[in-house]
Amino acid sequence: MSIEISSAPHIKGTRSVEQIMRHVVWSLLPVCAFFIFQYGLSALLSLMVVTVSCLLTERFFVRQGGQSGDIGDFSAIITGLLLALSLPPGFPLWMGAVAGIVAIALGKALFGGIGFNVFNPALIGRAFVQAAFPQAIATYTPSFMPGRFAEYIPSSLTLPLMQPVSVVEWLKDRQFDALAGATPLAKWKFEGVMANADELLTSLSGHMAVGPSPVLILLCGAYLAFRRFLDWRIPAAILGSAGLTAWILYGFDPLRFPNPFFMLFSGGLILGAVYMATDMATSPVTPKGMWVYGALIGLLTVIIRYYSGLPEGVMYAILIANAAAPLIEKITQPTPFGKGVLSNLGRQKKGASYPLHSGYISREDAGAVTPKKRFMFNKPKHPPKE
Amino acid sequence: MKLLSYFRGEAFQRGVHPPSCKLTASTRIRRLPFASKVTVPLSQHIGKTPRPIVQVGQEVVRGEPIARSDEWLSVPHHAPVTGVVEFIGLRPGVRGPWVESIVIRAHPGASQEDLWGRPRDLSDATGGDILQAIWDAGMVGLGGAAFPTHAKLTVPKQAHVHTLVVNGCECEPYLTCDHRVMVEQADDLITGIRYAMRATGAVRAIVGIEDNKPDAAVAIRAAIVRCGRIPEGEIYAELVPTKYPQGSEKMLVMALFGVEIPAGDLPVSLGMVVNNVGTLAALGKLLPAGRGLTERIVTVTGPGVAKPGDYIVPLGTPLRFVLDYAGAPGVATRQVILGGPMMGQAAASLDVPITKGMSGVLVMQGDALDWRGNQKTYPCIKCAECVESCPMGLNPAQLGMLAAKREYDLMGSDYHLGECFECGCCSYVCPSNIPLVQQFRIAKQILREKALSK
Repeated sequence: MSIEISSAPHIKGTRSVEQIMRHVVWSLLPVCAFFIFQYGLSALLSLMVVTVSCLLTERFFVRQGGQSGDIGDFSAIITGLLLALSLPPGFPLWMGAVAGIVAIALGKALFGGIGFNVFNPALIGRAFVQAAFPQAIATYTPSFMPGRFAEYIPSSLTLPLMQPVSVVEWLKDRQFDALAGATPLAKWKFEGVMANADELLTSLSGHMAVGPSPVLILLCGAYLAFRRFLDWRIPAAILGSAGLTAWILYGFDPLRFPNPFFMLFSGGLILGAVYMATDMATSPVTPKGMWVYGALIGLLTVIIRYYSGLPEGVMYAILIANAAAPLIEKITQPTPFGKGVLSNLGRQKKGASYPLHSGYISREDAGAVTPKKRFMFNKPKHPPKE
Repeated sequence: MKLLSYFRGEAFQRGVHPPSCKLTASTRIRRLPFASKVTVPLSQHIGKTPRPIVQVGQEVVRGEPIARSDEWLSVPHHAPVTGVVEFIGLRPGVRGPWVESIVIRAHPGASQEDLWGRPRDLSDATGGDILQAIWDAGMVGLGGAAFPTHAKLTVPKQAHVHTLVVNGCECEPYLTCDHRVMVEQADDLITGIRYAMRATGAVRAIVGIEDNKPDAAVAIRAAIVRCGRIPEGEIYAELVPTKYPQGSEKMLVMALFGVEIPAGDLPVSLGMVVNNVGTLAALGKLLPAGRGLTERIVTVTGPGVAKPGDYIVPLGTPLRFVLDYAGAPGVATRQVILGGPMMGQAAASLDVPITKGMSGVLVMQGDALDWRGNQKTYPCIKCAECVESCPMGLNPAQLGMLAAKREYDLMGSDYHLGECFECGCCSYVCPSNIPLVQQFRIAKQILREKALSK
């Protein structure tokens, strides 16, 4: 008869990597469903092809060995879904598959698997296709097209290694002009037309070519933040800093720059802020670092959108901030207990039951008074009955 | 949810909420019978080991001193049973290595009353007298750390103490011995608090109790009223929000007073002395009777125990005897933890005795252990859960990565490893199942050895 020994702690919280990843996948499902509702069969096929290509690549590299994690940890599914959501719905499927392979192979497997990647894998994949297929990735189609569940957007079914056919003809057949396929950001950038708030938020009223619904993403993100599956500081910092920068520029010249609301809810900023930038492995772990990291992303996004030749800037902003994350983490290490300014009596945390003050003196000193108790902020859950 | 902690205005915002599992919170304290043989290890506390002052074959009565030392940081031991000293030498110790111990065979016909103690009147004793009496009683901190109580209550010359903080948090899951002491022995506790206040010169005492034990606060408030001689506002019972590791004195001071004790300092630098309720209740019982510490209250609990409860156990009782009595037969036992599940130590053998610092005996069952063992380990995904929960404000994620690379010096110099008090929150929350605190323990030990060899 023998007994086991182990080192404390002997109990363990119920949270696991699979659980975190599973919840992120679940929270993405409503976003995906709405995306499919917006764009029909092509969006469904694109989501499936990209995710399956991510999973197959992951499986290949896990089988090769030398990888941490495995296919059961749901992280490749997240990469696939996010990548597909960030691509245009009519993106040629073979290009989507290439994006998925690149995302997992170069973005994740090369670094050693889950937890070791420096850059967000989905964005690596997207950056690759952005450089390789600039034409295809800029081609959007209007949302809520009639008959979207009956036929594919013609560019989707492009044969492998072929350039996609132009959708202009196809759009003309359906009484849409060529402009209808431009995203709100591209419209603003190249034609100076700004979309309305309701079009940006839901696009239910018109046929605006927007990405996945920002409102839905915010809702799903709020659920994740509430369950602590993502850190609320990063989206808050990104949206805050992007909004603030845009607001300052807007105040400076309202004719040249769009208003902050347009800046926040157009393009992929919300998706990037809630799902891409909060990727745990590529963001700083320190609370202060998260604020710096988020603020950097917001600032870079606005600068790239306003001054570069690209309409969209979130992807590069996040990738640059990913690269800066280790450095940010290094300079924002938390202050240990008792080593900060709080450790002297001058500054106290609020919420203490008996704040220390000069009335606290010892018996030897004359006129010792017992200080009055402050209002109890930290009310216990069950007040005792006397 | 740390944001909610902030909005609730909690002063101590970090830490974790493990399931409390306090199975024995409403069972009365019961007495365990005397074992036929007890083993008193000589080293039961921090500080110098006392020397035996009895010989093999000598008859001892319960409460008689059997080991003492003239060193300041050391306390005497008293015979837990009336009987004959059978053996003085090496016996299995809690940590694994055998330690110097005194084995006493209990006299089968003895009544096992403490006949050694002489009741005395301490009503006009000075602080120094009380400290001496505490020293003679062999008191150590009964909360688990086993630091000699007289040393803890001695105020350095240049310091003033205004407040005695009485630690009734008992934040470890499963343990209820402090809770039951506060409920059932509140009068002894008040007496002990008044002695400790006299010894330290404190003008007030604040009993910090976690809000999952409101009945303890009610009992203490009733005892304050019953005692009658206490001036208004001298002793408070205060509820603080439940959270692990609030029982650490720095965290309790943070929760009560909203200040951080500077790193490397004791609470006395802010004019406070912190003591555990179990220790003070034992003081309140032992000092007027003039007796030494021969028994303590131990929570025997866990999924594998048929009769869990808080038992008064004579010191030196073998663990096997305690488990048999509580209905956890040795054959079916897979792991026994001495102390709480977060910081307690796994017993290396069932033949070790109960010592002064043992607050709980926790018997773990197969399925809980299997679940823990089957958890998959991933690399750190940098979820920052450990950074949010570390009560000392360290960066366990970074420390863990450095520990994996054996960069122990860097951990100590740049990442404040020395501040870690091994509460285990980081390992508890880690979704990747990385043994963080276990690695830190090794790193700290290596740094200590390096410092010694220099």
